[in-house]
Amino acid sequence: MSILIDEQTSVLVQGITGNQGRFHTQQMLAYGTNVVAGVTPGRCGMEVEGVPVFDTVRAATEEYSIDASVLFTPAAAVKDAALEAMEAGIRTLVIITEHVPVHDCLEIMAYADRIGATIIGPNTYGIVSPGRCKIGIAPSSIFLPGSVGVVARSGTLSYEIVGNLTASGVGQSTVVGIGGDRVVGQSFIDILRLFEADSATSVVVLIGEIGGSAEEEAAPYITQMTKPVVAYIAGQSAPPGKRMGHAGAIIERGRGTYHHKRRALEEAGVRVAELPSQVTGIVQTELSMLHADPFYGLIWSFSRPQQ
Amino acid sequence: MRLFEYMGKQLFIDFGIRVPRGMVCDTPKTAAQIAQRLGGPVMIKAQVLSGKRGKGGGIRLADGPKESKLAAEQLLQSTVQGFPVELLLIEEKLAIGQELYLSLIVDGVSKKPVLIASAQGGMDIENVPEEQIIRQPIDVELGLPTFLARDIVRRLKIVPSSPCGKALTQVVTALYRLFTAIDAELVEINPLAICGDTVYAADAKITVDDASLYRHAHIPTVSELTLGEQEASKLGLSYVDLDGEIGVMANGAGITMATLDMITYFGSKPANFLDIGGGANQEATRKGLELVLAKQPKAVLVNIFGGITRCDEVAQAIVGIRRQYGKSIPMVVRLAGTNQDAGRAILEKEAGIEVFDLMQTAAQRAVELAG
Repeated sequence: MSILIDEQTSVLVQGITGNQGRFHTQQMLAYGTNVVAGVTPGRCGMEVEGVPVFDTVRAATEEYSIDASVLFTPAAAVKDAALEAMEAGIRTLVIITEHVPVHDCLEIMAYADRIGATIIGPNTYGIVSPGRCKIGIAPSSIFLPGSVGVVARSGTLSYEIVGNLTASGVGQSTVVGIGGDRVVGQSFIDILRLFEADSATSVVVLIGEIGGSAEEEAAPYITQMTKPVVAYIAGQSAPPGKRMGHAGAIIERGRGTYHHKRRALEEAGVRVAELPSQVTGIVQTELSMLHADPFYGLIWSFSRPQQ
Repeated sequence: MRLFEYMGKQLFIDFGIRVPRGMVCDTPKTAAQIAQRLGGPVMIKAQVLSGKRGKGGGIRLADGPKESKLAAEQLLQSTVQGFPVELLLIEEKLAIGQELYLSLIVDGVSKKPVLIASAQGGMDIENVPEEQIIRQPIDVELGLPTFLARDIVRRLKIVPSSPCGKALTQVVTALYRLFTAIDAELVEINPLAICGDTVYAADAKITVDDASLYRHAHIPTVSELTLGEQEASKLGLSYVDLDGEIGVMANGAGITMATLDMITYFGSKPANFLDIGGGANQEATRKGLELVLAKQPKAVLVNIFGGITRCDEVAQAIVGIRRQYGKSIPMVVRLAGTNQDAGRAILEKEAGIEVFDLMQTAAQRAVELAG
């Protein structure tokens, strides 16, 4: 099992004829992802890597049953493309594009919430279920099938930490980039919930960074989880980010700093790594404690290891 | 992008929100002329992008043209919270009865705009107790219709059907129209001044979403960056000056922050923050390295994890810069991801640059070379 996607997932690529769309369609196909169709307005009849291209999403859904769409569309066209995919009945969207206007995101998320669609991104590398399916732009070589769930805001930092896990033989169940923008479709909690319910995931790695309050929001939920969570937060020594006037201070009420996030997570029982390279060791410890536990896999709710 | 108060107030006027009468100027002489025309006591307000302008001495009260000229002279030679004062807004002084707080902000947690209002406006809104603050998430499909605005006015303990309540209701709906029309991340009025039956926006704080600027050609460009930072921003790079000794270039904000953290962890300090972007190409790498080298750091650490970025392209760019700038500043490169072997071969064979697989060992080596 994995979360959100698996080898059955049929995928549409919006913006398939652009440079990025083309390159990553080829990469996804090579990984084994079931890419069935592409959309670029005006390019109907073309093929990209053997994948047929349609003018509209509806034209594609008339011929294929599509579970998920990945968007490489230019930022100014993302709102229209995302609404088009949802209106055509697609319920999982992965928006790779960065610099999408934030008010466009608000509209996309409002529609998604109303019809019950799941949006990953924008400004994400996507989702990977190692060995089964990759939707997005993450480098294929760094993943290994296994039981660690990874959820992150930052792309290259995910590659860093997942690459380390793989190098030590620690595989992943699913790796999800929720996206680096202020408004994204899924929160840490949304993804943590899925990992908690996923029988193939035994430990979760949360990769956060300073700014916003996504990590703090996740902390109360983590206290209820039966699975151990390991975290790394970037930005301990980074320059302070922009402040959003008084309103930002009111929304966040002093949250958003490295130390505030770290304390919130640690109080929720999360082991926070000081350096990205320490995550693997902590995960290995958690895994060995789980396997040493005689109740492992039997009574989840009583078998949480004590630190 | 943050806007100056006077720009925000112009937008308020465009959307039917009343502001005090006033004009901007950049000399004491014009300040006096404006004060003369306004008549009576005036406020002289430094146009800087600092939050704590009042406390920082950037706002003066002056009685008539003579005093205005003097105050303008002093302000134009001063800095407020580190920002030099180059422009002043001269305004009529209002006879304020009550000060409210009103703002709209994009909230990432609820994925909605949130209206924030309080009957306790003024300088210290951060200190207003939580229970005195109204937070109203806005459904973007519904917008902020009059009935909702009326209810917010009621919750501010002002009778919505009174003349003042009606004026306030209009301000609330107009502010939301402005918020969406200019793709704002934040529009804030603090204080929103009640003077009898009239409501004035006595201040204006607006942040426009950078990603939306392409569709707002009429909004003037405001830069709050240092020269190096402006240069970087033109190239699509994200750069911040710091005061340490190791120049840093990485791709992606998260990994760049982690790189700074690592340098600090091993006992040195970064000279800058430079994120050349998750999809960095040869051009971005070249320009980025030039920026880093311009500060003459003791060592340079390049940390690239290729996703969209291809390591061989980055390596080519580094070799090019190395030929141009020589080898006086030691450089350590960490390459991983797409085409990493090709990239490593180029760097080692063509430029003799040390390449590492791991970020940690690369950071350690850079700290060693800088020490």
